[in-house]
Amino acid sequence: MTSLSKQPMVKAEAVHKSFGLIEVLKGIDLEVQQGEVFCLVGPSGSGKSTFLRCINHLEKINAGRLYVDGQLVGYRQKGDKLYELKEREVADQRKDIGMVFQRFNLFPHMTALQNVMEAPMQVKGESKANARERAAKLLERVGLGDRKGNYPAQLSGGQQQRVAIARALAMDPKLMLFDEPTSALDPELVGEVLDVMRDLAESGMTMVVVTHEMGFAREVGDSLVFMDGGVVVESGHPRDVLSNPQHDRTKAFLANVL
Amino acid sequence: MTEANDKTPVGGGSVAAPDERVKPEAIKAIPVRHYGRWVSSVVVLFLLAAIVLAFSRGQIEWSVVGEYINDGTVIRGAWATLQLTLYAMLIGVVLGMVLAVMRLSQNPVLRNVAWGYIWFFRGTPVLVQLFLWFNLSLVFTYVDLGPIYKNEMTDVMTPFMAALLGLGLNEAAYMAEIGRAGIQSVDRGQTEAAHALGMSPAKTTRRIVLPQAMRVIIPPTGNEFINMLKTSSLAYVIGFSELFLVSREVGSVNLAVMELLIVVTIWYLILTTIFSIGQYYLERHFARGSDRALPPTPLQKIRANVLSFRRQAGPGGVGA
Repeated sequence: MTSLSKQPMVKAEAVHKSFGLIEVLKGIDLEVQQGEVFCLVGPSGSGKSTFLRCINHLEKINAGRLYVDGQLVGYRQKGDKLYELKEREVADQRKDIGMVFQRFNLFPHMTALQNVMEAPMQVKGESKANARERAAKLLERVGLGDRKGNYPAQLSGGQQQRVAIARALAMDPKLMLFDEPTSALDPELVGEVLDVMRDLAESGMTMVVVTHEMGFAREVGDSLVFMDGGVVVESGHPRDVLSNPQHDRTKAFLANVL
Repeated sequence: MTEANDKTPVGGGSVAAPDERVKPEAIKAIPVRHYGRWVSSVVVLFLLAAIVLAFSRGQIEWSVVGEYINDGTVIRGAWATLQLTLYAMLIGVVLGMVLAVMRLSQNPVLRNVAWGYIWFFRGTPVLVQLFLWFNLSLVFTYVDLGPIYKNEMTDVMTPFMAALLGLGLNEAAYMAEIGRAGIQSVDRGQTEAAHALGMSPAKTTRRIVLPQAMRVIIPPTGNEFINMLKTSSLAYVIGFSELFLVSREVGSVNLAVMELLIVVTIWYLILTTIFSIGQYYLERHFARGSDRALPPTPLQKIRANVLSFRRQAGPGGVGA
């Protein structure tokens, strides 16, 4: 960790994002503390996935400020002027932020092991032997030690998502982003992915999780934010928000989900 | 069916041990008769036989065909065709990929120049382009690259050079569209995943997008290759001694026009067949990960058959 003082891992100040004329994020303020599991919930179209994608600059924000570990995302500030970062520099920022996608997005032309080895070798310049050894360990950790040589098409959805988590962990991220990691899975495969995420949370990883798994949020989450219509409606400890929602919109949403 | 039902225990509730369950009698039904298939087969075979018969009665000296199939001049012509095809395709593929990337570039100048190139070369006949290149000396006397190079155009623009440029530059326009389709076929999520891992745009293209695009690019490229083998025969109009021109010359000297045309046909078939086999293996290589299992190569099929033979024979005492 770069700082001894407990600065937040993610800090959003009045973050706005529009796609054309449609304003998806209408001023998001929040802080994710180091080592916490931060859950984002809300109806589809509420902007939670978009916000997550802003954190690693897959989407450019239109207004406000977004910091990861004290560093401005996607820009450099000199005086009162903001400079866009070069693609190289953006890539540099991203390598410390792991991301897990709803649809896995594994590289289909590579085996599970090669998927996990790719970024350490190509981005960090790790040696092949080194990367292979670490990748094998990571696959072991997500319970797929015997699937190293399989291509993604030969794995179940749950297994693919676990490989995707191992792939993100291979870069030793300080922050992990999960974009509805279990939404594309058959119900009986959800558990194995949540187990891996629970393990990860226990190891002290800072995690921002967009999810519809209220059970997971209640059990593992440290904070929870309910978003609707591009704004934060309600936030607090998951147990409090989920069992005692204050807002009508939160109540309506939870009544539908639970 | 009722008989079969009677034999099996009634109701799903009673759990019978698997060996207790009686397997119903295998179905022995009278198959549907496909009279249409028989009729159409007979008609097609009859027509085929008629064609073969006609050619065997035609005034073709088959011995001449056999004599010239491995004639030195003809083989040199086939070799020239092969070389022209390979080099023209090399130009086409390399330039085509550059144009494809240009067309998808953020830079509007590059994008529009690529579009204009494709518009021009796809919009004019290759035959015209060949003549354009070959007659370039009518408007430019010299090729003058300042201090680096200077030569008379007629020396530079040999029939081979004109054919190479004409075919290669034209091919690049088609390859550009094939490349673009391939690159665009790769899911956006792949680029996002690579970016999220901290890979630079160039690395993402090279390591993630292009290998996956290849699967879409290879089959039509193989097609283009085979097309090029045949289209290269157009080079005869500007006097390049490839397979077709050579056969015309040999044929007219020996008064064996049809025989030499048959020779040429056989040679083109040989070349295209070889390329088709190569394409099969190339496609197989880039299909990695797209299927649960790769289809076996013909060689592997043969080997598997031989092995299974041996295995059956094994207990019989073949093992030494």
